[in-house]
Order: sequence, then C-alpha cells, then structure tokens
Amino acid sequence: MRKYYLFFRLRFAAGVQYRMAAITALTTQLVWGLMECLAYKAIAEASGNSLPMNYSAIVSYIWLKEALLALFNTWAADNDIFGMILNGDISYEMCRPLSVYSMWFSRTVGGRVSEALLRCIPVLLCAFLMPYPYKPGLPVSMEAFALFLLTAVFALGVTVAFCMLVYILCFFTLSPQGWRMVLTGAIDFLSGNIIPLPFFPQGYRKIAELLPFAYMQNVPFRIYCGDLAGADIPPAILKQIFWFLVLTLAGMLAWKQAEKRIIVQGG
Amino acid sequence: MNIRKSIALYTRYASVCVKSVMQYKLSFLLMLIGRVILSFNEFIAIKFLFSGFVEIRGYSYGDVLLCFSIIQISFTLAELFGNGFKVFSSMVKRGEFDRILLRPCSPILQIIGTRFEIGRTGPMITAAVTLVIGMRTGNVAWDAGAVFTLVLMIAGGTLLFIGLFLLGASFCFFSIEDTSIINVLTYGAKSHGKYPIDIYGKGIMRFCTYIIPYTLIQYYPLQYLLGRTTQWRFALYPMGIVVFLALCYVVWRIGVRNYKSCGA
Amino acid sequence: MITMENVCKSYKVAKRNAGFGEACKALFRREYEVIHALNKLSFTIQDGEMVGYIGPNGAGKSSTIKILSGILTPDSGTCVIDGRIPWKNRTEHVRHIGVVFGQRSQLWWDIPVIDSFELLKEIYSISTPQYNNKLEELTQLLQLQEILKTPTRQLSLGQRMRCEVAASLLHEPKLLFLDEPTIGLDAVSKLAVRDFIRKINREHKTTVILTTHDMQDIEVIAERVILIGRGQILLDGTLDALRHAALNTEDGTAEEQINLDRVVADLYRKLNIL
Repeated sequence: MRKYYLFFRLRFAAGVQYRMAAITALTTQLVWGLMECLAYKAIAEASGNSLPMNYSAIVSYIWLKEALLALFNTWAADNDIFGMILNGDISYEMCRPLSVYSMWFSRTVGGRVSEALLRCIPVLLCAFLMPYPYKPGLPVSMEAFALFLLTAVFALGVTVAFCMLVYILCFFTLSPQGWRMVLTGAIDFLSGNIIPLPFFPQGYRKIAELLPFAYMQNVPFRIYCGDLAGADIPPAILKQIFWFLVLTLAGMLAWKQAEKRIIVQGG
Repeated sequence: MNIRKSIALYTRYASVCVKSVMQYKLSFLLMLIGRVILSFNEFIAIKFLFSGFVEIRGYSYGDVLLCFSIIQISFTLAELFGNGFKVFSSMVKRGEFDRILLRPCSPILQIIGTRFEIGRTGPMITAAVTLVIGMRTGNVAWDAGAVFTLVLMIAGGTLLFIGLFLLGASFCFFSIEDTSIINVLTYGAKSHGKYPIDIYGKGIMRFCTYIIPYTLIQYYPLQYLLGRTTQWRFALYPMGIVVFLALCYVVWRIGVRNYKSCGA
Repeated sequence: MITMENVCKSYKVAKRNAGFGEACKALFRREYEVIHALNKLSFTIQDGEMVGYIGPNGAGKSSTIKILSGILTPDSGTCVIDGRIPWKNRTEHVRHIGVVFGQRSQLWWDIPVIDSFELLKEIYSISTPQYNNKLEELTQLLQLQEILKTPTRQLSLGQRMRCEVAASLLHEPKLLFLDEPTIGLDAVSKLAVRDFIRKINREHKTTVILTTHDMQDIEVIAERVILIGRGQILLDGTLDALRHAALNTEDGTAEEQINLDRVVADLYRKLNIL
C-alpha cells in the first residue's frame, strides 16, 4: 500500500510546479462556468422555468463540473503513461515488482486527486463569490453531502477504471491517440459533461442510463444539488459499484492480454 | 518574396504536410472521426435543449444552429490555416523557430505552412449538416444580401480566430511559459459562440464588442441576416476584423523583435 | 570575412528554487538574475578558415552562433560578415549561411529525404540546374544514393546526419556552422562526416565554424581553436597553442598531453570556467 501512496505523492508534487498553468485553468473554468450559467439562465427563461432541473440545481451542477473537472473528465490521460506505451518504456514498468495495473491505477487516481484538490479550491472560492443566481448552492442536506462524497469516490473509481481500459486498448492499435479521441469524444456526452443527463429526451436518457458513463460524475453532482434524491440514490450507488467492478475486471483481463503481447513482441 | 512565390511555397508545404499525415492513415481517420464526434456533441446538446422550448430570446432552433455552424466553420478554417500559431510555443521550445529564422523567407509563411493539418477539417461535416438545417428552418430570407452576409461572417470569424491564435503565439516571446490562456478566448468563443451573444447579457456583450470584437462577426451581422434589423451596415461589420488582425500582427512583430534580443 | 568586435550580450533569467514552499512563493513573486553570456567578444575569421569553437556548457557558444547567424541581436558591439550585419539584413544574410544542429533535425520526419530537399530548393529559390548539380555532388560525396528515397524516420542516426549536412549545403553557403555535428554517431559516420567537411572546405573554400565537445572533431577539422569561457575569449590559436597553454598552467607531463580531452579539461579547470 505504501508503494502506491508514494506514487500518489510523487505525482502530487509534480502537479504543484506550474503556476501559469494554474492561473490559466482557473480563468478557463471560471469563464466556462459563468458562460454556461448565463446560457442556462436564458434557456430557463425561454422555457418558462419548466426545465427538467431547477435553475439553482443547474448552477451547482455546472460549478461542481468545473471545479472537479480534473477529477472526472474522461479525456485527460496521464501523458507519461501514454508516452510509456508509445515509446516502449513500458518495459521498465514491467520490471518493477508490482502489478502494472494497480500501479497505473493508483498513479492515475493520484494525478487526478492532486490536480482536482489544487484546482477546485480557487474555482469554488470564486464561484461562491459570484452574484446570485450564478452562485452555487450548498449541499441540500448534510446527508446529501455525505452521499456526495461517497458517490464521488465511486465515480472516480468508474472513471479511472474506464481510462485504464482506454490505456490498455492502446497496446492493440497503431493509433492510440486516435482511438482515445474517438472513445472519449462519445463518452464526454454520455457522462453528462456537455449537458446534464436530465436534459436528455426520455428515450435517450434511458439508453444513457444503461451505460457505465452515467455513473461517473452524473451521480455525485446530482445528489449534491438535490436533483437525485431519496429512493433513487441506492440503485444509483449499486450501479456505480457494479460498473466499477466490471470495468476493473475487464481492464485487468485486457491487461493480461496486453502483457502477453508485449512479452511476445518485445514491446 | 513575391506573392506568387509565397503561395507556391505554401502549397508545397501543405502538400508535404498532407503527405506526412497520410503515412498514418488510421490515425488520421480516427482523429478526423473524433473531431466530428466532438463537434456533433455540441449540435446534439442544442437539439436536446431545444426539445424543452421553442425560442430563446427570440432566436429559434434554426437561428441558433445557423449561428453555431458559422462559428464552427470559422474556427475550423482558422485552425486549418493558422494551426502553426496554435502550436507555436512547442515550435519555440524545440528550437524550430530558430531554424525558421535561418531561412530566407517569411517566418509566418513557414510557421503556418509547416503545420497545415488537414485532419482539423472534421468539424466541417457537423458544420455543413447544421448549416443546412439552419438555412432551412432559420428565419432568413435567402437573397443575395443574406448570402453575402453569411460569407462575410465566416470570413471575418476566420480572421478573428487567426488573429487570436497569432496573439497567443506572440505570448511566447514575452516570457510567458504557458500560452494556453488564449484558449479561453478561442475555444471559449467556439463553444459559447453557438448562441447569439446577446443571450448572455449586457456585460458579456460589452466585453465581446470592446475587448475582443466577437460581436462584429456574430451578433451584429446576425441581426441583419435574421431580418431583425434593416440596418444593412450591420452586415458589413465583419470587415472591421481587419483592424483587429492588424493589431495582433503589431504585437507579433514586437514579439519577434523581443525574441531576437532575448533569445528563448 | 567575419569580424566581431566587443560584442556583449546578457540575459535576465528567472530564478527557480526547488521545494514546495518555493514553488508556492514563485506563484506570486519572481526573482531574476542577469547572466552575461558574452562579454566584449572580439575575433576575426578569414574566408575559408576552419575554426573550432570550444568551451564548457553555458560559456556562450550558442549565443555567439546565434548572433553570427542573425537570429539574436547583441546588446552592444559590432559584427560584420562579408559586409552584412547579420541581425539587420537577416533574410539576405541567411541565404549565404548553412547551419547544422547535431541535436535537431531540419528534415521532415515522415517523408523521403529527397522531398525535404525539394522543399529547401523552393525555400532558397535555387535554380533547377544548380540544384541538380549540387545534389549530384552531395549525393556522391556523402553516399546518399541509397537513402534519399527513405523517410527520415527510418534512417539511422549516422545516415540522418549525412542528410542533415547535405540539406545545409544545398544552397551553397559560403559559411557553415556546425553545432555538435558528430554527437551520438558511430565511428564510421563520424569519420565520414569529418572527412566530408574537410573536402567541401578544400573544394569550395567554405568557411567552417564548428562547436563540439568531441576533441577528435577539433583535431581533425579545425586549424584554429577559439576557447571561450564565461563569455570571453580565453585562447585563440592553433591546437599546439592549446596544448602549450595547458602545459604552462599545469605541471603536466608530455604523456598527459596526448589525450586532448585531458588537455581541454585541464585548461577549463585552470582557467576556472567550469
């Protein structure tokens, strides 16, 4: 366990280094958040305030999305890992007395958590300074906040397990960047990153909720803002756990195959 | 160096770039598809959102799609031709800019020439689809004036984005390590410019007129295009972007001079 | 002819300290220090000379090369190359110089070498007969026949460097800068590149300025050595003069001098420029 912790810390320290990058990210996220809030304001007025989510819930959702972007986005990959796969340095990783899957998993989690912790504080701070109604709300209840934290952990698990699958897929193709773009492009939408899932028309929403991507950021964010509440929560959590296990297992099996391939072909 | 030679050289560069990319056909194809999907996401988002209402601040679904499409086309064209400026900081880091200065032809020509990326055209497919829907369902009377306005909006938009890329590239010269701050203005405009700017309120309108002149290529000519005003001069506003581009170029020139006196 | 007189150049560099605390501090405030890369540098190089330009890392070698090639403007001093001031008439100037960076490539990675050459033909507006002649000559001297049709990415380092050198000479420059041209090359390629440089110098009277850490390069190519340290010229003369300098500053034995690396290392240490 300690070994994984060290990987986590190493990545954490590396994340602190960049100052301009931090300022850029903050500006970007504030602009994005504010513009989305403004757009939904117009949309809310246009629809006569009969949106599938109430406006203050949307605002909270948007700011959480911006603040925790580093944690839950599906498109950002650990470039070091990608590099290793592309240039063959993977052989070094395999020489270490650890399971590569667990090592990369903890590394990716470490990278995401460190970046998110660094970035979410300034984003949230600024967001809470926004004038009403563009200011995120507090969690609807203490209970909801606790559930938010819990489901956020599972959501991260599902997200990272999925990213691992994408990494591993890279061993089987000549165009890892291309596949990554295609896969993450579709998932961006299905995870509720472009518009929240409740805005999907019924039929599409049903389909989206059958897929693992609805159990990433969608669950914690909507619990936080009270859109997902009561009896709907336990099944959502169960599905999160289910998809986490399925994706992790799939990832491990795929890694076994990839490993064989590397040994046979020499990386 | 005269213009004809410059064009010949640019074409040469572009064809070499295409040839290089075609060495990796699968990659090229996947990147293209990926970009189509990403832009399609935005389109679907608008479609889904509009299932809940008919008009947003007086703009119909078709009007918004038209607006979305124009911004997509402008951005895609700007990326296609100005990609070199976008990735310029990496060129400087790798010493490529030094190499460029060692050659007896225009640095700008070499920068944009060597980074011509045909794969960037993916979003054009989405843009074409949305343009057709927008043209059919939007509130536009398609006469010569409307077509002219549309073309001018796209041309102005392309130049505006190229100007922003150029501005971002210039940042490298002023010891700014990370030039991606410009992305707020470029990608930001691309993804939020799908709605006419006035829906975002007065403050944003002012910023988009006096700081970065987005309204010149979007809000004002759009008013004319959609027949919301009879002021035909609004249709000519995109021409004002030339001034903006010239200002960006001045910053670039100062930057290059600074680079030559400070090194990288 | 190249004349450099009292050329000075200094940079402002942001200080960066390690550690979490320092990284946080750097978020708000930055400290700068001024580095004098070149301090009243003067030398003259005649047409057709082959000069080795040596010095430890950070001595000011690359600043000099950048000034000579017109991509860096000095703070003060004058520099005239064949009547041109490099940074003032840059476009005109670079037509007449060729530069090889051993650690970087000017060839397109994914396309055959010959395509990169054709592109250079356009860039330098070389006329077709002139280009064909030159290509023919370079192909023969550097034995490029086999590799011209190969994409750069498939070439070995040695093959690639031969192509790089050829690419820098297509427009028949009168002045050639070589920046570590033999770095990482195998013995055969090293010899080939060195041999070739001597040949073109002999046949075309090309002035060659070579920076390198490989003392054998210097031994084989350079008739004259300029040693730079802390932005100043510390020694300008033949290889023998270099050996003498090392001998005078240290009670070294004749045996030690045989190894040129040793001579240079001793010199660096004695001159306190490391």
